[in-house]
Amino acid sequence: MSTLRVSVWRGQESGHFQTFDVPRLESQTVLDVVTHIQNSLDPTLSYRFACRVGMCGSCAMTVNGRARWTCRTHVSKVTTGDKLEIGPLSNLPVIKDLVTDMAPFFDKWARARGRFQGKQTRRDDFARVPPETPERRLADAAIECIGCGVCYSSCDVVAWNTDYLGPAALNRAWTLVNDVRDTDGRARLVAVAGDAGCHACHTHMSCTERCPKKLSPTASIAGLKRATALAALRGEL
Amino acid sequence: MMNAECRVESDGERVVRAARLRSSLITHHSSRITQNLRTMFVNIRAQVLLWAAQRISAAVLALCVVAHLITMIYAVRNGLSAAEILGRTRGNPGWFAFYAAFVLAVSIHAPIGLRSVLAEIFDWRGRGLEWTVFVIGIALAFLGFRAVWAVFL
Repeated sequence: MSTLRVSVWRGQESGHFQTFDVPRLESQTVLDVVTHIQNSLDPTLSYRFACRVGMCGSCAMTVNGRARWTCRTHVSKVTTGDKLEIGPLSNLPVIKDLVTDMAPFFDKWARARGRFQGKQTRRDDFARVPPETPERRLADAAIECIGCGVCYSSCDVVAWNTDYLGPAALNRAWTLVNDVRDTDGRARLVAVAGDAGCHACHTHMSCTERCPKKLSPTASIAGLKRATALAALRGEL
Repeated sequence: MMNAECRVESDGERVVRAARLRSSLITHHSSRITQNLRTMFVNIRAQVLLWAAQRISAAVLALCVVAHLITMIYAVRNGLSAAEILGRTRGNPGWFAFYAAFVLAVSIHAPIGLRSVLAEIFDWRGRGLEWTVFVIGIALAFLGFRAVWAVFL
């Protein structure tokens, strides 16, 4: 059985990489590697995971310099050799080892008004949204975000502009802009416009390239740019 | 393997330490956001219109730069002297309109782009930044229009 030489970040914002030898197994994921280290080599290692099947968005880390969901990333996909470097997500405060504080990330979802607001009550009939309508299709294209933070961690503009809402929050806002049941449209467009919002995006497309769900936050942000520019020209912002 | 520091710390103390750390990180982050929003000078609608102006001016520049390059290559290849070039531009409303549009597009496009560059590199926002790029835009327009006027008159 071969062995992986795994460098794992230890500490907080300042810290160091600690190296562990981990047995290489068939179909081994990066999360399996981290779990082996904590279970068998060093129980003080902190990391975060929940579902292990790519649904919850908890286990994102920086693997060999790129943000990835570790539960669905096979070791064979990220290295052909025997070296692996695992660190916490970038652009977020590090609490300890591989655990980042996701509060700034989700605070920005709230700032982007990423919460559905409708006007119907439980006494009303179900809203009927035909799946073939353009709005529904646009919402569908962006709806599967699991909030893992990979896009946020990969975004240069987030690194340069602390206020920038980031790809995930803007992508979420775009799904709601296209939700015909939602009643918070104008306030949401105000929330996502301008220097801290969609107009700060430089279209580098790192978010789109690295999104594990194959979404395109870049396309969502472009949609928001168009919608907010039209609203601004109409004097609605 | 538990290290010595972790062994002597009780669970309660560890929870308190984690809460303090989290609180200090969030406070640091939030205060920065609040500070930046407070120093915001140009309102949201104006920020969006600046973005639109930069995109529109970019489209104008794309055409102007191509036309300008073709003109330059034509002038050089045909060995036009300065006097011959001036002979064609002086009193010509077409060339005046073309270069006036070119200068206007530059004066709009460059300061807005510079505004983003300065904000991102130096984390500079607010009144000082807005005035700086405004002055740069005015200076570009002044210098550009002076040149256009000089070849028109």
